[in-house]
Amino acid sequence: MKTMLNKLLGLVGLVVLSFGVLADDWQQAASGLTGKSSNDKLAAIEAMLEFDDPRNAVALQGMLDAELYYVKADRQLVIATKSGRSFLLTDLQGESLGEVAKSKIKRITVNNRIRREIRSGLAMMALAGPDEDARFSAVRSLMANVEAEQLPLVEQRLVAETSAKVQDKLRELQAIILLENGDDAQRQSSAEFLGGRMDAPSRNALLRAQADEQNAEVLAAINESVARNQQLLKLNRAAENLYFGLSLGAVLLLAAVGLAITFGVMGVINMAHGEMIMLGAYTTYVVQQLMPGHIELSLVVAIPAAFLVSGAMGVLIERGIIRFLYGRPLETLLATFGLSLVLQQLVRSIFGPLNQAVITPQWLSGSLEINGVLALTYNRLYIIIFSFMVVAALWLLISKTFFGLQVRAVTQNRAMANAMGIRSSWVDAMTFGLGSGVAGIAGVALSQLTNVGPNLGQNYIIDSFMVVVFGGVGNLFGTVVAAMTLGVANKLAEPFTGAVLAKILVLVFIILFIQKRPRGMFALKGRMVED
Amino acid sequence: MSRSIIVSFLMRDKVGNALLAVLLALAIIVPFCSLVFEPGDTFYLSSYWVTLLGKYLCYALLAVAVDLVWGYCGILSLGHGAFFALGGYAMGMYLMRQIGERGVYANPLLPDFMVFLNWTELPWYWQGFDMFGFAMLMVLLVPGALAFLFGFLAFRSRVTGVYLSIITQALTYALMLAFFRNDMGFGGNNGLTDFKDILGFNLQHPGTRAALFSLSALALAGGYLLCRFIVNSKLGRVLIAIRDSESRTRFIGYRVERFKLFVFVVSAMLAGVAGALYVPQVGIINPGEFAPLNSIESIVWVAVGGRGTLFGAIFGAWMVNFGKTWFTGAFPELWLFFLGGLFVVTTLWLPKGVVGLSAQLSKMRRSKAASVAVSEKSPVQAQAVEAEPQPQQASQVAPEPEQQAEPTPKNLDQGAANV
Amino acid sequence: MTQQKQHSSRWSKQLAASAMALALTSGMSLAQAAETIKVGVLHSLSGTMAISETTLKDTVLMMVEEQNKAGGLLGKKLEPVVVDPASDWPLFAEKARELLEKEQVDVIFGCWTSVSRKSVLPVVEELNGLLFYPVQYEGEESSKNVFYTGAAPNQQAIPAVDYLMGEEGVERWVLAGTDYVYPRTTNKILEAYLKTAGVADEDIMISYTPFGHSDWQTIVSDIKKFGEAGKKTAVVSTINGDANVPFYKELANQGIAAEDIPVVAFSVGEEELSGFDTAPLVGHLAAWNYFQSADSELNEEFIGAWQSFIGSEERVTNDPMEATYIGFKMWAEAVEKAGSVEVDSVRDAMYGITVPNLTGGYAVMNTNHHLTKPVLIGEIQSDGQFDVVWQTAGGVIGDAWTDHLPESANLVADWTAPISCGNFNITTSQCSGQNY
Repeated sequence: MKTMLNKLLGLVGLVVLSFGVLADDWQQAASGLTGKSSNDKLAAIEAMLEFDDPRNAVALQGMLDAELYYVKADRQLVIATKSGRSFLLTDLQGESLGEVAKSKIKRITVNNRIRREIRSGLAMMALAGPDEDARFSAVRSLMANVEAEQLPLVEQRLVAETSAKVQDKLRELQAIILLENGDDAQRQSSAEFLGGRMDAPSRNALLRAQADEQNAEVLAAINESVARNQQLLKLNRAAENLYFGLSLGAVLLLAAVGLAITFGVMGVINMAHGEMIMLGAYTTYVVQQLMPGHIELSLVVAIPAAFLVSGAMGVLIERGIIRFLYGRPLETLLATFGLSLVLQQLVRSIFGPLNQAVITPQWLSGSLEINGVLALTYNRLYIIIFSFMVVAALWLLISKTFFGLQVRAVTQNRAMANAMGIRSSWVDAMTFGLGSGVAGIAGVALSQLTNVGPNLGQNYIIDSFMVVVFGGVGNLFGTVVAAMTLGVANKLAEPFTGAVLAKILVLVFIILFIQKRPRGMFALKGRMVED
Repeated sequence: MSRSIIVSFLMRDKVGNALLAVLLALAIIVPFCSLVFEPGDTFYLSSYWVTLLGKYLCYALLAVAVDLVWGYCGILSLGHGAFFALGGYAMGMYLMRQIGERGVYANPLLPDFMVFLNWTELPWYWQGFDMFGFAMLMVLLVPGALAFLFGFLAFRSRVTGVYLSIITQALTYALMLAFFRNDMGFGGNNGLTDFKDILGFNLQHPGTRAALFSLSALALAGGYLLCRFIVNSKLGRVLIAIRDSESRTRFIGYRVERFKLFVFVVSAMLAGVAGALYVPQVGIINPGEFAPLNSIESIVWVAVGGRGTLFGAIFGAWMVNFGKTWFTGAFPELWLFFLGGLFVVTTLWLPKGVVGLSAQLSKMRRSKAASVAVSEKSPVQAQAVEAEPQPQQASQVAPEPEQQAEPTPKNLDQGAANV
Repeated sequence: MTQQKQHSSRWSKQLAASAMALALTSGMSLAQAAETIKVGVLHSLSGTMAISETTLKDTVLMMVEEQNKAGGLLGKKLEPVVVDPASDWPLFAEKARELLEKEQVDVIFGCWTSVSRKSVLPVVEELNGLLFYPVQYEGEESSKNVFYTGAAPNQQAIPAVDYLMGEEGVERWVLAGTDYVYPRTTNKILEAYLKTAGVADEDIMISYTPFGHSDWQTIVSDIKKFGEAGKKTAVVSTINGDANVPFYKELANQGIAAEDIPVVAFSVGEEELSGFDTAPLVGHLAAWNYFQSADSELNEEFIGAWQSFIGSEERVTNDPMEATYIGFKMWAEAVEKAGSVEVDSVRDAMYGITVPNLTGGYAVMNTNHHLTKPVLIGEIQSDGQFDVVWQTAGGVIGDAWTDHLPESANLVADWTAPISCGNFNITTSQCSGQNY
């Protein structure tokens, strides 16, 4: 830690000192990077950071990005980027050095320890830098390893800092230091300040202080803050668990909503539903392969593409197989099951048995941090929103459009609908295509969460049926409630029972529930004779 | 009247009787060929063939069990693999206990995997499995009890058709997940294996293998006779009535759920016996047997062979499995295409399976020849019609689209009764 | 009536005929004389394990082709016999029997999962076959008829933990695995090992998940909480196959970088990474006996041969492929040495045979049927390859029975006289669990 502090002080000092250091000295310091052991490299980084040299940032970033090489002949550090079979070299000032073969240069490898050092070095540089977010994360990285000697620096930055957000973090850091090292009054105010702060270092600092504190008055303040933290922690953990449940529910909902159309509205048991999802995921992969430069946009393109691919396959299945089997649901089940095997093997034959790498765009990575405990991962957040959008769109389609009217007419009374001039066989095909297309869209979302491989669909088929049956066949609203209920129930049970048992319990619950209400939670009411 | 139907049916089941004869012959010939002849002789059967054929016999018994509930009572269970596996586990537990001190950790009481998981005593549900009689009782009772519990709840609340299919699938899936857990005490993913002997006979000895084979053949013959007795009895008539129209049967005054429960439990027990015979022959039982795919595969054996005819189920099991053995050897990549295609083709064009094919063809010929006296129906055709799962559609080989689209997709319940 | 008779008699005739046909075909296969040396390949080409195993089938086929180009063995050509056990465990036993009895193969290369090996084991022991098993596994086994060319736990897990303790200063451990025998054993061994190294109980968290687990939110969040205690934390992952992609994705999304909580995996290699978006995974680790990035001439040759055999520059190589390579080379050398493909003489010739590793140095076959070979630690790079960050000085001897578990500490395997046993108890001087 001493070293990091030295760097800090060095950095601050540099503002005062003039730039009087020779470039050669920096090169001397950096030469250790070409050494073999990680200790050599660490020492070199430490030495480099003693200098305020623009090359530091280039070299360190280059190491992180695995682009920093050295020329074998003269050990000069260069940034190398691959171009075809050879590499384009630039020196650390950005001057181009031409193209060389791979054998002439050697990459400077880093491991986690070095990477950690580089990141903290870069963070230190950012502490006084122009980027607010970078300053914020620099303070947070300081919080991870608090030392009393940091206090003068923290106080200095507090004065200089203009952003309220960063200032607040700096105050928190100051409080952590003072809680351990300050006088009675400082400790007391720090303890009060840290109450309700959810970052792990703050919480841990309070807990440590609680064990060590002698002064009764300060201890009372600490106790109060700790109790407050515990309560907040509990609340946040519960919120986190709920979020996990909702996101699992959203996944189930997406997987099941297509089935809610084909099974729920049309009464067709489509065991190849999972494969429609898989086709959607593979479409995402293909789209990404076709537009390698536009990963950020790929999903936007993939959604309609997947809808079309799976939808077209759905229409094909309906026209080719299912229409011959209407009224014979158990046979439809068998035929579509066979179809699912064929589709799996087809994908395996075309793309190979290996999983395919679908890239997650930047905007879907990472998480939205509410506080130190609660962070909502973006991919799941978007999937929750997306699933509701899909359901809403479907609901509008079915209840507000002419096509929806036809679908409802055909399902309610086919003969009458025919008599009114509706081409019921066309409506069947389109409805089935719609359900399959929606499954394809689900595949796009799932490609961001799990493996894209030939078995993708199989993992969701049983869950999807459970959701639809539990919610009540023919009821979109029921499907939503069922998916969310099952997701949350699963996640609430998981901490106590473990993942497997939670899933088994949910399955058993559904099996028993079906005995009680054979038509699900929200069964369609009406006078139906079973035969 | 009903008596004369039964008698004439028995008389008519020539195929079944021939099949029984073949089974008996196999029970004698196969052991004979494998034990008497030496390797290299023309008629020598290696242990590969003995276990392979033995496996087919077990599958055939499972198929008969599935056919009993599906073909004759309209209950499409996608979870029969669970009963098969439970029977297998009961047998596996007996075989594990027989290993005794010969395990790798030489623990006299605990199987190796328990020693390994630091268990110090035998869990209660493993007690008694060192006794052959008890274990065999469990082979029947455990699947039977599960089927009773499940069937009691499901049939009482009138869960039928696809709903029943889906929750039976959920049942076997839940069991698979449970048995995968190492904490359950059934060996987790690895299951039970490394068996040494049964009733003191070395499992790797050709004689033991031959005996197990003969036993399987006899069990299949027995299962066939039992099912034939059930379906030809008055009870069997009620079952077929339930299959064809459950509500009408109920309105006539039959307690439909009791009939269904009875036949479901019997079928589960048969599946359990099949599993118990399967395990010592293949040498391993693991949670993979609970996989929903396995259950569905057994459905397709029955569908391919011809549901609603017991021998059809047996032929189907043999044909599909022989195909699988051959395909996975010759064209491994094509196996799933073939299996999947089989599902589609069978449901679309062979509603009565291969067994019904000849009747189907001759009917086609006949309808072309037209206007020949109908009353002179051949007995085979009459039989096919009686065991006909879908009386209304019997005349259609490839149904016309317009007419087929007519029963609305919405009317699930109506459809369910037709299957 | 006549028509009916025809029907039924035709059925019974067909039955009888097919029974006869079965009997005939089984007898015929024995009549062929052995003009080639048959190499059985027992890897799943369909089903869930096809993902991993298809590659190994191709590796064996490539090795056979190369051997044939070099003149075969003992003046005979090698003939591969490929079967597909379809990821179905009982089918593995059946296919093994088919290979040994019907096809009369001289050696089998095959299996991936432990359960498939356990299923095949009684068959190869009964028929005295020879199986080369090329995948890292949980140990606690040594069969007379199996040579284990993958890593035993002491050749993967323990060096990895040593590295993390030494280089990264890890003090707190999450042992996360899929709920089956390999993770269970590895974690038990590691737990015992960590405790002897002075790690307290509360600094070890163990978690098991089912196969193909896809919702990792709760577990990753637990890991995060566990890592917040202020001590450097690492995850030792024995998570299997398909469950890895969602696991690493969740890690990255919840903001756990390799610098904070590194994950060292024993089941993630180059081939698994080819299905990942590896950018967020940079810095996570894996421990193997081989990495494609290993710097050696032999390795470069091997990669070149593989990519031209498979016809794609994109295809990667991995550890089980090297294990297959070593196994095949060893078997070929032992056959030459024994001058025969007869199992017992090949087995005797196997002991002490050395074959160059693709990573440099030599692999040695020990009398416990396990290899001596080096252990490498690699860090994931953004291009889907590993950077080798650490490597044992020499080879590590594969230990069939770990010393870190009480029940196997006093067991040894030595298939040469005077012990000649796979699980010899040195306290009771007894050999148990053998079928012959």
